[in-house]
Formats: sequence, C-alpha cells, structure tokens
Amino acid sequence: MNKLIVAPAPHVHSGDSVRKNMLNVIIALIPAYLVSLYFFGLGAFIVSATAVVSCVVFEYLIQRFICKQKSSIGDLSAVLTGMLLGFNLPSNLPVWMVVVGALVAIGVAKMSFGGLGNNLFNPALVGRVFLLISFPAPMTTWPTPSPMTMNYLDAQTAATPLSLMKEKGTEALPALWDMFIGNMGGSLGEVSALALLIGGIYLIATKTITWHIPVSVLLTAFVFSGILWLVDGTVYANPMVHLLTGGLMLGAIFMATDYVTSPMSPLGQLVYGVGIGIITIVIRVFGSYPEGMSFAILIMNAATPLINMYIHPKRFGENKK
Amino acid sequence: MKTFRIGGVHPHENKLSAGQKIQNVPLPKQAVVLLAQHLGAPATPVVEKGTEVKVGQLIATASGFISANVHSPVSGKVAKIDTIVDGWGLKTPAVFIDVEGDEWLDTIDRSDKLNTICKLEPAEIVKKVGEAGIVGLGGACFPTHVKLAPPPGKKAEVLVVNAVECEPYLTCDHQLMMEHGEEIMVGVSIIMRAIGVTKAIIGIENNKPDAIKYMTELASKVMGVEVLPLKLKYPQGGEKQLIDACIHRQVPSGALPIEVGAVVQNVATVYAVYEAVQKNKPLIERVVTVTGKFVAKPGNFRVRFGTPLNDILAMAGGIPENTGKIIAGGPMMGRAMSNTDMPANKRISGLLLMPQEESKRKEPQNCIRCAKCVSVCPMGLEPYMLAKQAGLGLWDEMEAIHVMDCIECGCCLFTCPSNRPLLDYIRMGKNKVGGIIRARNMKK
Repeated sequence: MNKLIVAPAPHVHSGDSVRKNMLNVIIALIPAYLVSLYFFGLGAFIVSATAVVSCVVFEYLIQRFICKQKSSIGDLSAVLTGMLLGFNLPSNLPVWMVVVGALVAIGVAKMSFGGLGNNLFNPALVGRVFLLISFPAPMTTWPTPSPMTMNYLDAQTAATPLSLMKEKGTEALPALWDMFIGNMGGSLGEVSALALLIGGIYLIATKTITWHIPVSVLLTAFVFSGILWLVDGTVYANPMVHLLTGGLMLGAIFMATDYVTSPMSPLGQLVYGVGIGIITIVIRVFGSYPEGMSFAILIMNAATPLINMYIHPKRFGENKK
Repeated sequence: MKTFRIGGVHPHENKLSAGQKIQNVPLPKQAVVLLAQHLGAPATPVVEKGTEVKVGQLIATASGFISANVHSPVSGKVAKIDTIVDGWGLKTPAVFIDVEGDEWLDTIDRSDKLNTICKLEPAEIVKKVGEAGIVGLGGACFPTHVKLAPPPGKKAEVLVVNAVECEPYLTCDHQLMMEHGEEIMVGVSIIMRAIGVTKAIIGIENNKPDAIKYMTELASKVMGVEVLPLKLKYPQGGEKQLIDACIHRQVPSGALPIEVGAVVQNVATVYAVYEAVQKNKPLIERVVTVTGKFVAKPGNFRVRFGTPLNDILAMAGGIPENTGKIIAGGPMMGRAMSNTDMPANKRISGLLLMPQEESKRKEPQNCIRCAKCVSVCPMGLEPYMLAKQAGLGLWDEMEAIHVMDCIECGCCLFTCPSNRPLLDYIRMGKNKVGGIIRARNMKK
C-alpha cells in the first residue's frame, strides 16, 4: 500500500478558487461591455482591449523580472483590473495613455504592495485617477454615443450629464430612460445602469459578493441627494439622475466591492458603503470635479483597515436571547 | 425549517453507506483495549497479567472526576498491560486480552426484549451510567455521567438529542436510529428522568427523511419528546449550533450548554445509556461507518472495542489500492491516521478512505480578503485575522478577538478560495493562547 498522507482536518474543500471568483466578476461585466461596444463602437474595443492586454503583460513582466516569483496571471485578477480600468476611461482615449494607466494600476497600485491581496487601494481606480489628474482634458471629454460607430480618436464628443449639471443646471439633462439604458456620454463601461444591474444580480446570485456594499452605496447616494433635491429642486438634481449617471452604478457594484480593498464584516461593509455614497454626492454637488465616485472609493479604501480594526462581526452568543 | 443562525457551509453529503444494515465484526484473537478512550485522565487498570475476564467486566476504573471506566469487550485472559503506538504515532496504555470464547457476565441482559420501565432515582441512573463507562459518542468522548450531573445552582430545562450527523459520509447514527429507534426513545426518557426535565427535542437533518418519519412516529407515543427536522447545514451537530437551531438560544462564550438550560446528548450515547441502565450492559461496542468513494462495500459495523481496525476494514472489502488518506471520523473534523494497526475504541465513529487525488490540499495563494471565511464562521469569528495573528505570534491580540471560541469545525478552510491553511494556524494559536490562559489562572 502507498504511504498514507497525514494532514489536519478538514479533509475536503468547497472547490472555490480565486480564479472562479474573478471569472464570475468578468462574466458579470459582459452585459455592460456589450452595451458600450454598441454605443461607442470601435473606440470601446480598442481602449478596453489595450487595458486588459497591458495589465496582464505588466503583471507578467514585473513578476518575472522584478519580483522573480511564480506568475499569477492565471488567477485572472490582472484581466479583471484591465477590464475595470478600461470601463472607467473615455472610449476616445489614446492608446498610450491607456498603457500608462495600466502601468500605474498594476505596477504602482498592485505589485509594489506585494501583488493580489496586499494592495491598499483599488488598482483600476488608482490608474484612472492618475490619468485624470495627469491628463484632465482627454479624460473629461467623452464621445457622444453613436451606435456601432467605427470612429475612435476622432469621435464626436459632448458633455456628460454630470458636467452639464455642473455648468448649466438641471434642465439640460437627457431623459431618464436614456440614462438607464446607457444612451449618454460617459466612460465606456459606466453608462448603462441596466446592464450593470444585471451583472450585479448575477454576482449576488452566485454569492461572489454580498448585497451590503452595493445597496448601502446606492441607497445612501439616493437618500442624500434626495434630501438636497427636496430642499431645492431647482439647484439640485433629482436623486434618480445621480443614481443613473457617472460612475455610481459601476462603482457601487464592481469597484467598491473589490474583495481586497473593502471591509470584511457585514457591518463594516455597510459603514464603508455609506461613506462612499456620502463622499460621492458631496464631491458631485459641492466639489470642483463633476464626478466623485473614484475619489470616494479610494478615500474609503484608505479607511478600510481602520474599519476592520474597530468593527467586528457579531459573535455567537454575544447577546443572549 | 430551523437551523442555526450564524455561518455554516454545505459540503457534499456523500452518504455512501446510508441504509446499509449494521453487521457484526467477528471477535479478534487478541483484543487491545485502550485505557484512554475518553476525554480526561486515562483509566487505572484493576486487572493484571493472567487475570481471567468476562465480557462486561470492569478492567480499569476512572481516575479523577473527568475520566471513565473501561470494561472488557471480550472474554479471556489478560496477556499484558503495555503501551501501543496509536494511529497518530502517539504512545498510549492498553490492556491486551487473549480471547477465549464469548462469555458474558451473568448480570447483563443479552435478550432483544425492549425494557421500557425504569423506576430508578435520577442519582441512581447517573451512577449506573458512570459505572458503565459511557462517554459522548459523537466524537468528543466527554464522560456522560459528568454531563448528566449539572453543577450546583444550574437547572436543566430541556434535553437536546443530537441525531444530526452533519459530517459528510458518516451514517452510523442514522442506521442506529433506523434499527434501534425504540430503544433510543426509552433512553431519551431515562435521561429526561435523570436530569429532571419534561421536554426533549431530537434534532435530525432533513437529508434523513426516513429517520425523521420513523422517529416522529415513535416520539408521538412518548410524553414530551419532539422530533425536529433541521435544515441541512454544517456544523449543525456542533453542540452550541444544535442548541441554537433547536431552542433558539445561544450559549455565551466560554459557557456550557447548561447556562441556557440545555443538556445535549448524541443519539448513540442515548442508546448506550439505554443498554447500561435497562440491560446492565457497559459500553463495550459501538457502530462504526466504513466508507469512501472506492471502498468495495461501504457499510455500518458493530464492533467490540479492542478489535483491530484492519478487521473492520476487511469487512468493507479492504483498503483500495489508490487510498491516499485514512481518516478516523468524518472529512470535516476527523483525524488522518498514519496507520490502521490500532484497535477500535470509543472515539472512532467512522473510517473514511480517501483516494489519492482527493488527499492533498491545493497550494495556498495570497489571501484576497474576500471575507468568505468571516461569513461562514459559525461562531462569528474572523478566521483570516486570527490566522494572520497566529502566524505573527500575536497571542494577546488573538485572545482579544476570541480565538478560544473557535470550535475547529473547518468551515473557514473548507471555503477559502485561496486554499489558505486558516484552521491550521488558528489551532496552533488556540493551543498557545489556551496555555497562556491556564498559566495565568494558576498564578491567581
């Protein structure tokens, strides 16, 4: 007989893996990706494909030549970072800028902290914010949606609902239905609330994420902007506009729920979500940038270790009934 | 349908030996009876080389408050008292008995007749259970008579019978209920009498509909006994989880079930209590499940303690060629053995033979902080954090986030997508912290 293996219990495993979870998120992004391919055409494809390929290549190269460790690109986390980075960029951004964004996302935000699991900030958002601060003009001119267009750098541009609101007040906004399905200007993956919600439902149904973060972010943003709207409806936008525009939906469902940079306990996740919701609306309404989702998430990322330290899950038998 | 409130996982059930009739394993030529078959101090032998013993005769007495008597499972002559190396490579004392015939003590009632009448006083029942050397047969092997005598000032309100068998693969309790349900019902009422309660709940998971039906039918004839079907979820058989599921009360951290008025007994223990009190039969045998995906004849076997495990394995068709791991108990909490030369004893409820391809863990990756370990922990702890602190040797920090509450159910390691050895670290830290707490209490 063979030598018996002696190991401590448990002797079975659920079969879950990092790769499966990453793959689930990638699958959940597909509806939103199809919508962006439809509205932004070739540009959407070029930008997102560049982001994915450069993220994977950078991770491979850094692990191979700098960290000298086994490659972990098989866990698909770099693919996901690339997709999310692409989703957060305008579809007419030049390729070289996308590559720079990917280098910052993977090289600075992820690998310099020690790779997957050790990063403090969401890599895709660090990449995006780096680009936003470095190249403010190309990062804030968004192409108008024109179905199946083959234009890329020369795409026609227009203001997004959020910047319209900043400049001209609430009258100039597109119809709510257009905003819901994604027929408006914006970063390539963030426009269609409908497609993002379908992805979100898939993630919750497959238990890849829990409801706590998306629901608390969206609800907080809705309630807070709703209060402002009730105070003065002529100055402040309808809360539905806030929910459907900008990166709120994409951020709440896909960016804020990033495993590594969000809190561990359910209550902690709610606190984190409320924080993101409030900061986003504050930046949108009172700040100088039209959109505040990326900053809100990064700020709450920084607060995550603190939340984990002070908020613990409810223990068994803690309050006896 | 009820279940416990926090965490839990759903491993594949794999109850391959379900419905297999209990078969008797033949007597061995020499029985090796361990003196430490229970939690607590090993028993002190009262026989010596050359002593003639009968089946059921006391051969070692409990040494201390938490300890249990050991009886001879066979008849014959004591060959020697020596140490053996058990399945985990540890030395343990044992009495070797050369088997001659199968002669039982006259006081033991060996008939199959159901004896429902028990007129003993509670203290007498507890005494009899103690004398019979009965321990919790669910796995922990805590001496039963200690559990039946609540500490002064505490009052039991309800008896909870653990018929959950939440470990995948194991079926011995299930089969015992199907074949000895009536005796178990009598056992339940005896224990109710012993601890002075009028209510008993038998918790059975809903993956055993036949047992639920049969036991409900039997319970309808007994006053105060209720069968409660429970929603399938591991670790429902954990004492605290079962109490939560059955009576919706949570035992506080560090406390015993009696704190919320509950006494929990495993269904196999209840059967042993029936045999001890009504038939004068001490605990000398138990039902063991032998199972595994490649085992030729998975089944449930009644085996006298002291029989080599290899004899039981032979009854199930031997050890398959591709076996990589042999586990005493279930796959979630059982212990992998380095050899099968040791004898059967009160502790071993099952033998699970895992094929090689399922025997090795996958390589661990970085923690991705997905919080799945936190959401499945049935004690509401933070396994990822405990494991990290254990790796860094932060014992005080581990104590502060309640490492001692961990029941070592393995849900965290089972669920971790990065295959991190969370429980290994936590167990190590728990040992350290436990030692520190004991040292601190000694100083006081």
